[in-house]
Amino acid sequence: MKILAIETSCEHATVALLCDERVVERALDGHSTHSERLLKTISELIVDNDQPLGELDAIAFGAGPGAFTGLRLACAVAQGLATGAGIGVVPVSSLAALSAMSGHEYVLAATDARMGEVYSAAFRVLDGFPVLIAGPDCQVPEQMQLPPGTQWYLAGSAFGAHPSLLRRLSASSIGHDAIAVPQASSIARLAVRMIEDGGLLPPEQAAPLYVRNKVALTTAERLARGGKA
Amino acid sequence: MKVLGIETSCDETGVAIYDTTQGLLGHTLHSQVDLHAAYGGVVPELASRDHIRLLPALVRQTLESARCSLAELDAVAYTAGPGLAGALLVGAGYAESLGLALRVPALPIHHLEGHLLSPLLSRDPPEFPFVALLVSGGHTQLMEVTGVGAYRLLGETLDDAAGEAFDKTAKLMGLGYPGGPQLAALAAAGRVGRFALPRPMMRAAGLDFSFSGLKTAVLNVVSAPGWDAADAADLAADFQEAVVDVLCAKAMRALELCGLSRLVVAGGVGANLRLRVRLDASARRKGRQVYYPEPELCTDNGAMIAFAGALRFAAGERPHAAPAVRVRPRWPLAELQRP
Repeated sequence: MKILAIETSCEHATVALLCDERVVERALDGHSTHSERLLKTISELIVDNDQPLGELDAIAFGAGPGAFTGLRLACAVAQGLATGAGIGVVPVSSLAALSAMSGHEYVLAATDARMGEVYSAAFRVLDGFPVLIAGPDCQVPEQMQLPPGTQWYLAGSAFGAHPSLLRRLSASSIGHDAIAVPQASSIARLAVRMIEDGGLLPPEQAAPLYVRNKVALTTAERLARGGKA
Repeated sequence: MKVLGIETSCDETGVAIYDTTQGLLGHTLHSQVDLHAAYGGVVPELASRDHIRLLPALVRQTLESARCSLAELDAVAYTAGPGLAGALLVGAGYAESLGLALRVPALPIHHLEGHLLSPLLSRDPPEFPFVALLVSGGHTQLMEVTGVGAYRLLGETLDDAAGEAFDKTAKLMGLGYPGGPQLAALAAAGRVGRFALPRPMMRAAGLDFSFSGLKTAVLNVVSAPGWDAADAADLAADFQEAVVDVLCAKAMRALELCGLSRLVVAGGVGANLRLRVRLDASARRKGRQVYYPEPELCTDNGAMIAFAGALRFAAGERPHAAPAVRVRPRWPLAELQRP
């Protein structure tokens, strides 16, 4: 199977090309300029590996949760490339990718959601493929609970951004990695399994996984809180 | 030569295909007005979410209705600015990637260039040169247009855009969102001349506009003791007349200063009937012609972007060497150059 994968949900962005067993990954130079560098990096990756877009089976992307603009960049680029190449799209949870990368079986993946909140989901990783146990959620770190058990591995930026969260959960954990970020190579590997399970979508059904869905107050809600229309 | 056009700069998702020999082959439009109504205005994050939710399906529908295959496209044009950054990024990301996969150029287009060239898509198109009056919820500008990409800014609003003044005034009169068209409908039932509203900057030298004071004048009327809501139609009529008076006077003065006889009106407010009646009457008296886009192309749409892209592509314009997703939320029209 041949898959191009894109992951731009946080500051560190990567793209990867999977050809059967082989995966080549490239990081985008610089931070916070993913839109400027993403297509150039993809072009170089496919040219250097002599892999025409039209011969790919799918475009996979890290669907989130993460920075909204980054999620939409990955999704729009995946939609555009897949439409032009006449192939399908696979949205992959960025938290699932983070879990798969950890090498542990029970993983709580949590990333910084800004505004004092964190995104999180708990997985059991079986044969390299994360099965969702709880989440995904967007909540304040104080509310975050681990599913039962004491063998959890904690992964993701939330544990660096909120040291108190790490302290509180460490009793139920066997270790942590607060620096890990979701990577495109992991997205690509998970996409293979998802395609085998029927997860290949037409571009128009591919969507970001925002998790945080309340982003504005309606006029009625503002008035109810004593605000102005 | 067939060009796909994509517009996602604000709260409308538009897709179209323009053929340089056969004209407009098809266009589809999805308005988000109902989505934003509950919020009393456009919520940028929700606008971006809706664009990405619908864009690929609109592209497919447009291709089907135009009986055109992806392989027949010669270029992909998209709105790169001005507009909401997040909304623009959806169209730019999709269009640049589609162009990359199809191995055709992706052309960034200025939203207002799309608007001011849109009357050229009508059955009776104007010839260059002309003066363009761009009036919408986001813009109020007068430009001298001597050709594609040759635009000189003559004047613009110093505060609210004309359409914004309509919407804000409608809101303070309790007409809901988006209130501009409702205010105009109410004005049609009213009588002009009961309320003495200002004509901001109408006699000032130069061709700049200002509409925020007019909105305040309406606020003073409706918040004064003795205001009777039964007079709302008359107040709406006087508000509309004040805006139209200013737009009309400045547009005619622009033609005079440039020594031109053709006026092109574009943007959502260009659909206002009272504005059209008054501009037509003023122009006729002085032997000038006014041109409008077809009514369905007055709002934001993909057709004007496909068209502007096709004109530039046919004139030899090619995109930046390395593909990139670049948008310009703020982008002065006068910075554009000939293709």
